Amino acid sequence: MANQDSTGKTLMVAFLLCIVCSVVVSAAAVILRPMQDANKDIDRKRNILLAAGLYDDARSIDDQFSAIQTRLVDLQTGQFSDDVAEGFDQRKAAKDPVRSIALDSKTDIAKISRRENQALVYIVESGGKIDKMILPVHGYGLWSTLYGFVALESDLNTVAGLGFYDHAETPGLGGEVDNPRWKALWPGKQVYRDGAVTLALAKGAVDPAAPGAEYQVDGLSGATLTGRGVTNLIQFWLGEDGFAPFLDNFKRGEA
Amino acid sequence: MIPKKTLISPIFDNNPIALQILGICSALAVTSNLQTTAVMCLALTVVTAFSNLFVSLVRKQVPSSIRIIVQMIIIASLVIVVDQVLKAYAYGISKQLSVFVGLIITNCIVMGRAEAFAMKNPPWASFVDGVGNGLGYSVVLLAVGFFRELFGSGKLFGYEVLSLSTEGGWYIGNGMMLLPPSAFFLIGFFIWVLRAAKTEQVEVEEFKITKNSTLREAL
Repeated sequence: MANQDSTGKTLMVAFLLCIVCSVVVSAAAVILRPMQDANKDIDRKRNILLAAGLYDDARSIDDQFSAIQTRLVDLQTGQFSDDVAEGFDQRKAAKDPVRSIALDSKTDIAKISRRENQALVYIVESGGKIDKMILPVHGYGLWSTLYGFVALESDLNTVAGLGFYDHAETPGLGGEVDNPRWKALWPGKQVYRDGAVTLALAKGAVDPAAPGAEYQVDGLSGATLTGRGVTNLIQFWLGEDGFAPFLDNFKRGEA
Repeated sequence: MIPKKTLISPIFDNNPIALQILGICSALAVTSNLQTTAVMCLALTVVTAFSNLFVSLVRKQVPSSIRIIVQMIIIASLVIVVDQVLKAYAYGISKQLSVFVGLIITNCIVMGRAEAFAMKNPPWASFVDGVGNGLGYSVVLLAVGFFRELFGSGKLFGYEVLSLSTEGGWYIGNGMMLLPPSAFFLIGFFIWVLRAAKTEQVEVEEFKITKNSTLREAL
């Protein structure tokens, strides 16, 4: 006990403690991973349903999701891709140099630096006709990348809903993008005016009587930068470098 | 046999928030509704109890030069495990708590108890002390959460108690209660009430403020 503070003892204690703690932490991470992934998957599907305004608390999520067709779209050509959508990891694709393109600072308004070549789209059909189109979007806010979905009505111009499922913005300020009351402002807004993406967050509240109000959504107070990020990601993903070519093709029936 | 005092005294007599003024940060952040508050209290109690237990188990082996680091590693590992468990079993709540579970690592109560109690006492007593301090923290947080959720959004545990005017009711929600600073006022009231009831908690003044100089003295 005399050499409690000797260098050897100190190193020994530090080493052993690190080994034990790292084993405990990695064991917890590995054992719980499947459950966390399952939770994430259910959460993702729930967010897709919520964005489309289809979510029903009483039914199981997998059951509800069966009405939705998942397709893969080639963003460059704006055509449906023949590759299988099942198991496609869009986030991984966005980071893979082979399956994504680098964006220059002018086009990269959403600050995502690379854009994947293929993207998943979710089509809600009823009676053989398209009812809603749900598109994944992401972009940088203040602290983090926001991942979410935008749902469009069958005219591919009217917003049916918006929701984010992953972000790390300040709770209470930027985190208010999850506020249901704010999200309820989105349905009915218009995206394109004369072919250009016009939908944006306003500063403060939008006067519903003002001209152009259908292209504007109330800003979030205390979350100017997060709000700017939301505007940018909407403009990027619904614009020429995002889904616009595909939406045009789809409207003409050529996708 | 451990005196019952170890468990009970941190709740009112030696409350970590009200008397020691530790761990205020998370008390402001997670108390806007009771559900997240309750989960946060549970998480902190578990972490404080087990970190005290493990720190106490190794207390005789730890060289004093690295003892703070040793405590930090034990606490950090426990917090990560708790965070992983929450993500697996309570995904919705873990999303709401977001970074605050991770921030338990820096919660002063956990480190304070590890350094002040667990380094000098046997494991079982340390464990009980951790539970007691976790409960002390929980009492204050739940009280703050109760008032903030009730007066801020008219609900308790998500169930409507006062119907809000924005949803067609009569109660106009107090927006300030939903913002973090309101927790400061509530904790202040809590400390006031506690010290009025238990006057031995009032601190002796360390120095006396002299009276302001009068106009005549200044001239």
